[in-house]
Amino acid sequence: MGWQRKILRVDLTKGTAASEPLNMEWANLYLGERGLATKYLWENMDPKVDPMAPDNVLIFATGPLTGTMASTSGRYAVVTKGPLTGAIACSNSGGKFGAELKFAGYDLLVIHGRSPKPVYLHILDDQVEFLPAGEIWGTSVWHTEEWLKAHQQNPLLKVAAIGVAGERGVRFACIINDLHRAAGRSGVGAVMGSKNLKAIAVHGTVGVKVNDPKRFMQVVKETKAKLWDNDGRRELTELGTNAMIDSMQEFGGLPTRNFQAVQFDGYDKINPEAMMEAKPNGHRNLITNKACFGCTIACGRIAHIDKDHFTIVNRKEYWHASGGLEYETAFAFGPMVGVDDIDALTFAGYMMNEQGMDPISFGGTLAAAMELYEMGVITEKETDGVPLNFGNAEALTIMAEKTGKYEGFGQTLGLGSQRMCEKYGHPELSMSVKGQEFAGYDSRALQGMGLGYATSNRGACHLKQDTYDQDMEDQTGNGKAQPCKKSQDRIAVIDSTGLCLFTAGGWGMEGFRKQIDAACEGEWTRERLLEIGERIWNLERQFNLAAGFTAKDDTLPERLLKVPAPSGTAKGRVNELDKMLPEYYKLRGWTAKGVPTKKTLHRLGLA
Amino acid sequence: MHKSLLIDPEKCTSCLQCEMACSFEHEGVFNPAKSRIKVFEFEHGRTAIPYTCTQCDEAWCMHACPVEAITINLATGAKEVDEDVCVGCKVCTIACPFGTINYNQDTGKVIKCDLCGGDPECAKACPTGAITYVDANWTGYDRMRESALRAHPSP
Repeated sequence: MGWQRKILRVDLTKGTAASEPLNMEWANLYLGERGLATKYLWENMDPKVDPMAPDNVLIFATGPLTGTMASTSGRYAVVTKGPLTGAIACSNSGGKFGAELKFAGYDLLVIHGRSPKPVYLHILDDQVEFLPAGEIWGTSVWHTEEWLKAHQQNPLLKVAAIGVAGERGVRFACIINDLHRAAGRSGVGAVMGSKNLKAIAVHGTVGVKVNDPKRFMQVVKETKAKLWDNDGRRELTELGTNAMIDSMQEFGGLPTRNFQAVQFDGYDKINPEAMMEAKPNGHRNLITNKACFGCTIACGRIAHIDKDHFTIVNRKEYWHASGGLEYETAFAFGPMVGVDDIDALTFAGYMMNEQGMDPISFGGTLAAAMELYEMGVITEKETDGVPLNFGNAEALTIMAEKTGKYEGFGQTLGLGSQRMCEKYGHPELSMSVKGQEFAGYDSRALQGMGLGYATSNRGACHLKQDTYDQDMEDQTGNGKAQPCKKSQDRIAVIDSTGLCLFTAGGWGMEGFRKQIDAACEGEWTRERLLEIGERIWNLERQFNLAAGFTAKDDTLPERLLKVPAPSGTAKGRVNELDKMLPEYYKLRGWTAKGVPTKKTLHRLGLA
Repeated sequence: MHKSLLIDPEKCTSCLQCEMACSFEHEGVFNPAKSRIKVFEFEHGRTAIPYTCTQCDEAWCMHACPVEAITINLATGAKEVDEDVCVGCKVCTIACPFGTINYNQDTGKVIKCDLCGGDPECAKACPTGAITYVDANWTGYDRMRESALRAHPSP
């Protein structure tokens, strides 16, 4: 147990929905969530298909520990081919939706085809319906959730939905669940939109069982206590993920004005202290912290915007509280675009959640547009009369709203930085890998992170490897390939459990192992789990190679490889990818061209 | 001496560990849909409030029950539903002014908080102390103490 041993397969073209047994052979080889969904994707579609075509398959996947009493058990993953990248997309989200899907009795929800008309999926345990979404098509995520609960007269529904951005194919549209949690990256929301699927509303009453309940409860009691005592946990609870902005500023790894700088003067106007501090008029940005399902960390921030701020002074509909700044939103709407107005940042965050967009990619794309504007490549003629200079808080908030609603210059921003920069003849200004924009870590200062960005199977991503400690200790590329590879495999396992990566510091692999071992049948050793991680990584790689990617795509923009960091502890350094990448390929058991050898595939059971 | 569940919404993060603990204790399964305690969220999560039966002394549910399926546990003060006696008429669910006793379609009986026989799992599972189990005579103690300090701050 742990698994429900059942999946729901939906074909939107045919209008059919049927449950089928979970392939337990695959579950034992890929665990759940990210890993298992990758296997199902691989077996169910041709990696060459256009991500926006009906043949792309969209998978919502829970893990064996999703919906259990293990701390942070609210995670689920959305796996599909990403329209931002053309690579495999794997977007992980929290909130309460994932656990609810599991409570309804399903490990995975596999969606094929395209509905002829907008629909939403209504799931009450084994009762599954497609219902017309005409009334909510063209409306926001927030309105959609409210409408669904009212329309179904069921306040217990948990909702994952897209906004206008997803409907209109914004390349970095995301899927929002529970109003402000996101399966954020690679444009998974645009895939949902291309399928004419507005929302999934689910209520489950089946519940989740584990294999050895007595041992599981004992283990969970220990892991929760251990997590509670962990300093990293304490910082996340008290300050949220935005605590990172202070360390990146100090270190000189805070990408600023499209990576033209690595430190930002206004960082202390948007850091956790600024969020907590009352302004002269008494307004305080932060209200409280908030947990996802089952989570004993509660790193989420609930904030509100100052009613006197220009963004909402005449817009009462935004006077309510909602999800506040996380580090990545603070970075992408702050230093990356040169803005230090905390209310403007918070408003832009509201726009992302309301219409379903990835703030990292939006910020990265806007930053590239600002650089194009300052170079004179684009003018106010293109930008609907809005001066797009760095530091313009009004431009940030206007463009966030326009992109979410797919209006004016927002349509161009909705292409993502790579397509937009190519359109204007400056592809070098897109700070991305495989078309996906960087998170808030400059890889001239964090070398291993650069290798992770270059090799991440979903394009630039800070969450698929963990070399922070090594990067902070030593700013060369020496010895980074090994920890990068190992952490990638480790995280692939964690992402497949149904639990949150933010517990890793408190638990180590042993914490995950013990919980899996008590919840699932069979014997779960550290070696077995790490092999699963490596298998997942290699299968994702196989998907990308089959989709047409080559070693040439495992690279970083010139700005990081040739232009030295202008300040900070890494002043004068560039990223040493050329040194790290061959070593990395070797450690992976791949050829010099980045292709897994037959021996490697055979060892992992992939050949 | 009876104890009471004391709920402090200020401390609740809406993690639902309480709902899982409750359903596991009573149903042997992690299943918030079958929890006797529910957490309600307001305004995009600005407020989260756990809510359950307060174990009224003159319990409306108990008095309304036509078959005397609801009885007082003298050790804990909890009003408990005897599933063998309950006929699923749901009159108690109408009588309860707080909505904290509810019908369970799977069993055809009603479910409500029974204080887990004097060791409530929800309080043990709560990571932030939003749910505690305290002397029933002094549920106001902490707030009283805070008020005292507010009225007479130390110099």
